[in-house]
Amino acid sequence: MNPTARSELDRVTVRFAGDSGDGLQVVGSQLTNTSALFGNDLATLPDYPAEIRAPAGTLPGVSAFQISFASEDIHTPGDAPDVLVALNPAALKAHLDDIPDGGTLIVNEDAFTSQNLAKADYESNPLTDKSLAHYRLIPLPITSQNQAALAHLDMSPRQAGRSKNFYALGIVYWLYDRPLEPTLRWFEAKWGSRPQIVAANSAALKAGYAFADTTELFTSAYRVPAANLPAGTYRNITGNEATALGFVTASHLADRPLFYASYPITPASTVLHELSRHRNLGVVTFQAEDEIAAIGAAIGASFGGSLALTGTSGPGLALKSEALGLAVVVELPLVVIDVQRAGPSTGMPTKTEQADLLQAMFGRNGEAPVAVVAPATPSDCFAMAVEAFRIAVTYMTPVLYLSDGYLANGSEPWRIPPMDDLPSITVRFRTDPEGFQPYQRDPDTLARPWAIPGTAGLEHRVGGLAKEDVTGNVSYDPDNNERMVKLRMRKIAGIADSIPSVEVAGPQRGGLLVLGWGSTYGAITTACEKLRGEGVAVSSAHLRYLNPFPRNLGEVLARFERVLIPELNLGQLRMLIADKFGVAGRRLSKVQGKPFLVREIRAAIVEELARMEAHAN
Amino acid sequence: MPTDTVDAPLTRKDFVSDQDVRWCPGCGDYAILAQMQRLLPNLGVPRENIVFISGIGCSSRFPYYVDTFGFHSIHGRAMTLASGLKITRPELLVFVITGDGDGLSIGGNHLIHALRRNMDLNIILFNNRIYGLTKGQYSPTSEVGKRTVSSPAGSLEVPVSPARIALAAEASFVARTVATDTRHLSTTLERAAHHRGGCFVEVYQNCNVYNDGAFDYFAERSIRAEQTINLEHGKPLTFGKNGDKAIKLDGLQPVICADDDPGRLVHDERAPSNVWPYLLAHMSPTFGLPLPLGVLRAVDKPTYEDGMSEQVDAAREHSGAGDVAALLRAGDTWTVE
Repeated sequence: MNPTARSELDRVTVRFAGDSGDGLQVVGSQLTNTSALFGNDLATLPDYPAEIRAPAGTLPGVSAFQISFASEDIHTPGDAPDVLVALNPAALKAHLDDIPDGGTLIVNEDAFTSQNLAKADYESNPLTDKSLAHYRLIPLPITSQNQAALAHLDMSPRQAGRSKNFYALGIVYWLYDRPLEPTLRWFEAKWGSRPQIVAANSAALKAGYAFADTTELFTSAYRVPAANLPAGTYRNITGNEATALGFVTASHLADRPLFYASYPITPASTVLHELSRHRNLGVVTFQAEDEIAAIGAAIGASFGGSLALTGTSGPGLALKSEALGLAVVVELPLVVIDVQRAGPSTGMPTKTEQADLLQAMFGRNGEAPVAVVAPATPSDCFAMAVEAFRIAVTYMTPVLYLSDGYLANGSEPWRIPPMDDLPSITVRFRTDPEGFQPYQRDPDTLARPWAIPGTAGLEHRVGGLAKEDVTGNVSYDPDNNERMVKLRMRKIAGIADSIPSVEVAGPQRGGLLVLGWGSTYGAITTACEKLRGEGVAVSSAHLRYLNPFPRNLGEVLARFERVLIPELNLGQLRMLIADKFGVAGRRLSKVQGKPFLVREIRAAIVEELARMEAHAN
Repeated sequence: MPTDTVDAPLTRKDFVSDQDVRWCPGCGDYAILAQMQRLLPNLGVPRENIVFISGIGCSSRFPYYVDTFGFHSIHGRAMTLASGLKITRPELLVFVITGDGDGLSIGGNHLIHALRRNMDLNIILFNNRIYGLTKGQYSPTSEVGKRTVSSPAGSLEVPVSPARIALAAEASFVARTVATDTRHLSTTLERAAHHRGGCFVEVYQNCNVYNDGAFDYFAERSIRAEQTINLEHGKPLTFGKNGDKAIKLDGLQPVICADDDPGRLVHDERAPSNVWPYLLAHMSPTFGLPLPLGVLRAVDKPTYEDGMSEQVDAAREHSGAGDVAALLRAGDTWTVE
């Protein structure tokens, strides 16, 4: 086909689905990387089961990866895929409901055997029973075509079959005019020492591309031009990568070594994997025997003067609660990453949720306030990681960093900040023994001194027993205890002096404000921008600081008639807002392990506006 | 043990903090504190480089009374804090003070892992075979049938042997001593302080309020010579009032023999495998044998913190000291003009 016949699109959303062993996460990340290098804006949503290899061909074993790439600025991986690539019947069945009428289905018909159809609970073959008449169905014998393309390589059918994901990718590359070179380069980089794998995957990718080019199955092909992003150097980044790099950077800015202690837990483990690769930067990682040991080790390292970090997901945060309370009382800097996942209990480990907000705020015995921050996008994870340590060392406090599964595994282009643009983090250890008191506070920040072992004359004891003001000696004095509880509370509240105001997008006052926090930023922003584009007056504001809130939040809320609060929980921010500002926000909840779709938020806004209008009449 | 030297010689007084000691009168903890305060000035380590970390329990109040850096943490977790501190500050001399409840029940997991990693920590476990601070419940080292407030009909639980747990965790230094024998206590603590690697010292410590006389069955002065062996490296397992008894093997079982028996066993604390210290740790008056006291095992093994700094050095040699700006730009990037 003549490339000039390609029609131009602003945005395309593709979803790959197949068995969890089919390599679809890899294929998805290749399309992501290629599209990023091509200059598109993009957002991704990997979706995989908790089981490593559930029985092949079954519904629980389906793994998927969705990517949206665009010539415009986008904030979400898309509500509905334009194309679903399904490598077996289970994958088709699991994802068909999300595909709009007229959507394209590229299906591996070789996999639609009676056995596989039965595993996916199909009573008849959907490729032939006309049940897919509403879609553009493109059934292709992907397995056998791929095998034929690899015939010259002297591989078993089983070995050759491992490349069929790249054959499918080749088809998609042709359909959307993507260059093959970045993926071919990646094969070399990844399997350079095993030439047969490089040859097989390269042949599969090229064959898929060539097949799509020569066949007349596709009546049209598309282009998605590069997006007009702000000037700078970019890379594609997932939330967990950005989190890890943010903490490494914080360590560099503070000129203190980073210590990361963690116990493996989905979806936080990739932070441990990433950080453990940077020993040359002096990053020390410690895989502890359990969650409690991880935070204990981090507190010990903080006592010794390192930038101490521990990371987990919701169940692990529950286990760390007691030690977190200790960190509050001994007033040492510490950052705790919680990559939230769907709960309660073990819940759905690979799925996302925002239901740990109240655990982060209050999940400790006694009055034990900590600072809480939450990144809004995968790339914002970098900035908020730096912020978390700035707060921790400035105020000598634990800081909870609330990411989630959607941010952790999702990716987007990240404009790499020049080092000069990053904030400074100042660490001042106490060295002067003259007049030293372990709990003598800085009058501005209320922080106590960081006096580390090895400093002569500063020998002192800390611990979890109630502390006497100034001296830090054990004290059971009732008035002293109340004073210390309130001092710690005031110290956390005072952090508000050092954080930015919350900004309103859209009309600065008036009818409806949509207030979100953390990973819902993309869906809320997109829904509001679209509605405003259609002439609807709706505003949005987003919180990345949950404790304390930005100073102007109360004043912002007061400027609006109504506040809608979308959250991936049953209304936890809403509860905090109601308590602190007396504002009864409208709740929009979702606890399905999935992020909000733009249309869900849009529908809630439209409904709320109609309700307000009806009320006004 | 760190080797930094001090300018002016320190004395016991330098290690006495300004806090009033609040253990019950007659508690065995006093003796351990006193011996530790006598030992510390002789180690040649600056006071500011010494850290005591404890959990919760009577023994865990210890750091408050020693004028060094100290951390009284939470129940069972002292080992975890000590681990994080030692990995990041290997030059510090770190003591962990724990008890039979703190270290073997709520913190049993951490004890095993701290020891198997062989960090250079000196873990001193005060074993009084009872929960003191919570007022007298049975502990993981209490004997079967122990009647306490929480086991009025007698405990149903078989006690653990602290030394055997430490050996199973491959601790490189395992010792036992008695708080009432100050000389033995002091020598044992000193050996531990000088050992490089994970040290475990069990101190039999009498709780005169809730479990008085728990160790009389071997430690009482009139029977101690018959019921205990003072282990010395390279020396036979001689014991008895007249020093005329020793131990030999009958098959795989240790039995009492005459001191001049050609088959008598000789102590080897450096035996590479755990078989020998394990055998010692299984001997007790319960089986009609004397209880071995002293250093059961002292072997050289690479420490965790040395391994870590080797990895950091190797990574720097392989990929350079590291440049954060370059790290941020690693992988595929593109530029928008």
